[in-house]
Amino acid sequence: MQNIIEARGLVKRYGDIEGLTGLDLSVPEGSVLGLLGPNGAGKTTAVSILTTLLEPDAGTAKVAGADIRSEPGEVRKRIGLSGQYAAVDDYLTGFENLDLIGRLYHLGRKQARRRAHELLERFDLVEAGSRPVKGYSGGMRRRLDLAGALVAAPPVLILDEPSTGLDPRSRAQLWDIIRELVDGGSTLLLTTQYMEEADQLAEDIVVIDRGREIAHGSPDQLKKMVGGERMEIALSSEADLDEAKRTIAPFAVGAIHGTRTAVTAPISGGVDTMTLVLRAFSAAGIELEDAGLRRPTLDDVFLSLTGHGTEGATEPALVDMKEAS
Amino acid sequence: MAVFADFFADGFNIARRNMIKVLRVPEILVSVLVTPVIMVVMFAYVFGGAIDIPGGSYREFLVAGAFAMNLSFGATFTGAGLAEDMQKGIISRFRSLPMSRSAVVFGRTSTDVLYNIMTLVVMAGAGLLVGWRIHNGLASAVAGFAVLLAFAYALSWIMAYVALLVPTPEIINSTAFMVIFPLTFIANTFVPAETLPGPLRVFAEWNPVSAVAQAAREAFGNIPPGTPEPTVWSLQNPALYTLIWVVVIVAVFAPLAVRRYQKMGS
Repeated sequence: MQNIIEARGLVKRYGDIEGLTGLDLSVPEGSVLGLLGPNGAGKTTAVSILTTLLEPDAGTAKVAGADIRSEPGEVRKRIGLSGQYAAVDDYLTGFENLDLIGRLYHLGRKQARRRAHELLERFDLVEAGSRPVKGYSGGMRRRLDLAGALVAAPPVLILDEPSTGLDPRSRAQLWDIIRELVDGGSTLLLTTQYMEEADQLAEDIVVIDRGREIAHGSPDQLKKMVGGERMEIALSSEADLDEAKRTIAPFAVGAIHGTRTAVTAPISGGVDTMTLVLRAFSAAGIELEDAGLRRPTLDDVFLSLTGHGTEGATEPALVDMKEAS
Repeated sequence: MAVFADFFADGFNIARRNMIKVLRVPEILVSVLVTPVIMVVMFAYVFGGAIDIPGGSYREFLVAGAFAMNLSFGATFTGAGLAEDMQKGIISRFRSLPMSRSAVVFGRTSTDVLYNIMTLVVMAGAGLLVGWRIHNGLASAVAGFAVLLAFAYALSWIMAYVALLVPTPEIINSTAFMVIFPLTFIANTFVPAETLPGPLRVFAEWNPVSAVAQAAREAFGNIPPGTPEPTVWSLQNPALYTLIWVVVIVAVFAPLAVRRYQKMGS
C-alpha cells in the first residue's frame, strides 16, 4: 500500500532541548495513525514539521507525494490541519471563519461560500453559524476548527490533540465525527495524550516519548506487549503505599506502579492469584478500600514502556489518562 | 502572474477579516473614534489657550501635531493585532494554508491604513470643530494627509516585525508606549522645536515625527505668520525628509517581517 505520509529521521532541537531525536512515521493511504505521548513528548513538533510550520534540523518527509522541504506549498494544498488550541477567529462568525479559510485555499468566492454552508450543516452549526465564535462552547469551537481543516477536502488530515480540554460528551461527539471521516476514506494523523482516544480511533499507534518512538503497533499488539492482567488496589491510607508495594511484589510479573493510595501490578493466574494477594494484604494488616482485576489498557502500555510514568514530568498526562478512562 | 493574483486576493481577504474585527470589537472602535477626538479637543483647550502666538492660532498649530502623534500610536494597533493572532494560533492556521506567504503581514499593514484613515477623518472633524482650518486648498491638504498616512504605514511595518518577534500584546503595548511617547513629544508636535534646550532640540529637529508634523502644517497652511524659517534641512524639506524615512523603514522592515513570518518557530 502507498504511504501517504512518510517521514524519516526527523530531528528538531530548541536550543538545548531535543524536540525530536530521529522520528520515523509512515501512514498508509486511508488509515489512521495515532501519535501517542505525554505533554512535551514531541507530538506538536512532529505535526508542525509535517504541516510545514517548522523546518526540521535533519530528516525528510513526504506528505501526499510532496516534499516538506522542497515543495512546502504543495504540501499545504494537500493537508488540512486542526490544531490543539482551536485556531478559530473569535470575532468572525462560524460562517465567516470557514468562508475565509476557503478563500485562502483559493477555492473561489462561490465555492468557498458553498463549502462553508455545507460544513456548518454537517457539523451541526447552522444556527450558530451566523454568530461570532466568541460565544461558542468549547465543543462547538472544536467542531468549527475541525470543519476548517476539511474546507478544501484535503487527502490528508492532521489533527493535533483534537479533544484536549473537552468534556466527555463533546469528546464523544467529536470522536463520532472523526470516525465518520475515517469511514469516508480520509487519511488521518492524530496526536493525543489520551490512551483511550488512540485506542478508539487509530488502527496503528506510534508511542513517542522524549522525541523518539518507543513502541509501534496496533492497539491490541501494544496491549499484548505488556501482557497479563492488572490488579488494582485502592489503599485506605497513603502511609501504607510502600508496605503495599512490598506485599504485592512476590505476585507481580512486571513493574509495579503506585501513587498515593493506588497500586497497580501485572499478575498472572487471574482470580486465584488475586485471592492470594488479598490474603497477603490481610496478613500484613493493610486496610483496603477496593481491589479488582482488569485487562491491560494502553495506560499500562505507556507506563511499562516509558517506565517514568509516575515522574513529575509526565504528571499532567497521567491526570488526563485518568479523566479519559 | 498567478503569484501576484494570489498575493492580492489573499492580502485583500486578510485585510477584510481584520476590518470585520475592527468594526465588531467595541474597544477598538472606541480607540478609533473616541480617543483621537479626546486628544484633539483636550490639547486644543488645555494648551490652546495657554500659549499665545502673535498673529496666528496655536490651536491650528496643535492640530497637525495631534494628527502626527495619534497616527504614530496607531502603529501599536498593528503590533497588538498581529501578536493576538499569533497567541490564538490563527497565524499557525494561516501558515498551514496554501496562501501567499507575505499576504498576512501585508494584509495587516493595509488594514491599518484603513484604520488610520478612519482615525484621520474623525480627528479632522474634531479639529474643524475646535477651530482648525485648511488654508492652502484641498489638493495641498490631501497631500498633507498622504504624508501622515505614509509615515504611519512605515511605523506599522516596524511594529509588525516586533510583534512577530515578541508575540505578547501587553509587551507590545508597553514598549510601543515607551518608544512612541517620547518620540512624539520630543518633537515639534506641540511646541516649536526651537524652544527646546540643546540636545533635545537637535533630536527634535531631526526627529521624523517633527518633519511629519511640519509637512502637514505646511500643507494645511497652519504655520503661523512670522514664524522664523527652519534652520535645519530636515524641517526645510519636511515632506521629502519624511518620505526618505518611509522608504528606508519599509525597505528594511517589510522584508524582515515577511522573512520572520515565513521562518517562524525555526
